[in-house]
Amino acid sequence: MEPCPAMIASDPPPPIPLLQAEGLAFARNDEPVFGPLDFTLNPGDVVLVEGDNGSGKTTLLKVLSGLLQPNSGRIRLNGEDLTLARLSHQVALLGHLGGLKLDLTALENLRFAIGVFGLRSGAAPLPALASVGLEGYEDVPVRSLSAGQKKRVALARLLLVPAALWLLDEPYANLDKSGIDLVNRLLDAHARRGGAALVTSHGAYAFTSGTPRRLPLRPTP
Amino acid sequence: MNTLTLWFHKFGSPPTFHRVTGLLIPWLFAAALLIGLVGLYGGLVLAPADYQQSDAYRIIFIHVPCAWMGLFAYIFMAVNAFIALVWRIKISEILAMASAPVGAWFTAITLATGAIWGKPMWGTWWTWDARLTSELVLLFLFLGVIGLYNAIEDRRQAARAAAFLGLVGIVNVPIVHFSVSWWNTLHQGTTVRLLGPSRIDSSMLWPLLLLALATHIWFFASVFARSRVSLLELEGGKEWARAIALGTEHGHE
Amino acid sequence: MRYGTTASACAAVIRRDLLLTWRRRGDALNPALFAIMVVVMFPLALGPEPNQLANVSVGIVFVAVLLAGLLALDNLFRGDHEDGTLEQVVLSPHPLSLLLGSKILVHWLSTALPLIVISPALAEMLHLPRSVMPVLIVALILATLLLSLLGAVCVALTIGMRRSGMLLALLVLPLYVPVLIFAAGACNAAQMGLPFLAPLLWLGAALALALVLAPLACAAALRISIT
Repeated sequence: MEPCPAMIASDPPPPIPLLQAEGLAFARNDEPVFGPLDFTLNPGDVVLVEGDNGSGKTTLLKVLSGLLQPNSGRIRLNGEDLTLARLSHQVALLGHLGGLKLDLTALENLRFAIGVFGLRSGAAPLPALASVGLEGYEDVPVRSLSAGQKKRVALARLLLVPAALWLLDEPYANLDKSGIDLVNRLLDAHARRGGAALVTSHGAYAFTSGTPRRLPLRPTP
Repeated sequence: MNTLTLWFHKFGSPPTFHRVTGLLIPWLFAAALLIGLVGLYGGLVLAPADYQQSDAYRIIFIHVPCAWMGLFAYIFMAVNAFIALVWRIKISEILAMASAPVGAWFTAITLATGAIWGKPMWGTWWTWDARLTSELVLLFLFLGVIGLYNAIEDRRQAARAAAFLGLVGIVNVPIVHFSVSWWNTLHQGTTVRLLGPSRIDSSMLWPLLLLALATHIWFFASVFARSRVSLLELEGGKEWARAIALGTEHGHE
Repeated sequence: MRYGTTASACAAVIRRDLLLTWRRRGDALNPALFAIMVVVMFPLALGPEPNQLANVSVGIVFVAVLLAGLLALDNLFRGDHEDGTLEQVVLSPHPLSLLLGSKILVHWLSTALPLIVISPALAEMLHLPRSVMPVLIVALILATLLLSLLGAVCVALTIGMRRSGMLLALLVLPLYVPVLIFAAGACNAAQMGLPFLAPLLWLGAALALALVLAPLACAAALRISIT
């Protein structure tokens, strides 16, 4: 679904976009990292953030999640400003640190995520683990899982939390062919549910349905 | 926007700050030196010897202004830290961080001169009374701010973390003072008061006040000089800073 | 959708951190062992004379507990920061201050409580009069809670650094000065047969204040230093 052109008078008012970034820019030590960027994510959108190493893909996701404050511009989630002080139930971030406790089992990690973020209606930890192909690994400490399996536990967390906007930083890293397919399937299902996702990747991994929108990031001169 | 905020924004813009302080600094240093010399002459030569402490008391002309400056520097730092954290003004971050080392030196001088004074007066270099101990803790707080600022890589993040620490510290100083005086006190009472009659002779008071004025001016001159350097470092990528580095400053104005 | 209440989010943090402590329960004994080692060094350095040891026993116990707490402090957020779970906690829509407060509580339970439990043994090794023991325990409970709360604010500021040990001491110890004075002061007063209630009440007042303010300050500090 492409963002509707807002200026056609006869149409009903366009739906409030899930995520709207206006003139978003970030600088570290006053060196511009990315931006200014303008883009909109509507429910059902999956956007691939493209850019070389150091083009600010990870930083962009951190800014969009509220972890970092942009130097200029604004972010609106469902039409409301995102601020550090008021984070939203709408965002789930999968960073390149998995966000998993190695001493806990997969199930315990997921239960913690549910406690802190809430639970999507109709979701439950055990089916979520099964759907990422980790049936039978529920009570294994995450420490003894492989890198790819850890990634799958982190993906299962996304299925459980009620966030409509997924921010995935290099979700394909450490995954085999079936894992890549799994990520694409999850993204597809999420988009069909009315969710949206921003995915960073330096490699080319086709999504199963059609071509995703692309958001190129280039170092600002 | 009223005149004050307008002035603040104008002075707070890095190029303006750099230019204005560049003009001010030589005058400030000169004034501080001149006033300081007059004050020292008044204190060390003109003022009469104390009937109890004879000439040994004259160290107060260094000790007391430095002690005031240590506290003043901390308050100045904390006010700037507050502004930096709440309104994210870059100049305030820089001013706060520039005042930390200057304040630390004033505090260190206070402690050193206090020890030198204490030896003939109390017969000991050090005593654990409220003011000495709070002064020592003040020095540690300064060192903590400086240490934290230097340990974090991102300069602005470092400044904001250190500024936060400075704000936590300013709550701590009075508590330390209160707790230590509860614990033990044998220091002589405060002798200069702004309200009510002073218990110091006017022939000793005016050099003291002059020296206090001189150290204040010196403080600002020194803080501005440090701020200019960190400002250039921070803004190294900007047009105006490059112009200055390349010596083409006037071509752009 | 079930978003869950803030209370359930705090409960999740507490449950997880207790579970983690239990999984690594050997580590929980380290601060207590460290404190014992420090205390043992003093009679070896000062001589075994019981009266002399009794005179300085309160100070030694408090300094040993304080140093052990300082060493344990570094781990408060470090593990969570390194595996990315701290990021997840920060992103939670529930008030960060309360989630961090829960973490601080568990940290106190897992590091300070063992210290308090062994403190009678420490005091006994230094010939502290038995009558002072209840005051020592109460003062230790109040003081260690304050130390954990104040320390958490400083740890939050140093989270981005690889090694923060020495610097952390420089940041934390000035804040600990009043706590140490009042806590040890109460015990010393009790040892001399003087009224000891006032400093304990001051500590209690400070604790009430810190319970409210320190988690807020900790959240603010963490937001500054997490990148």
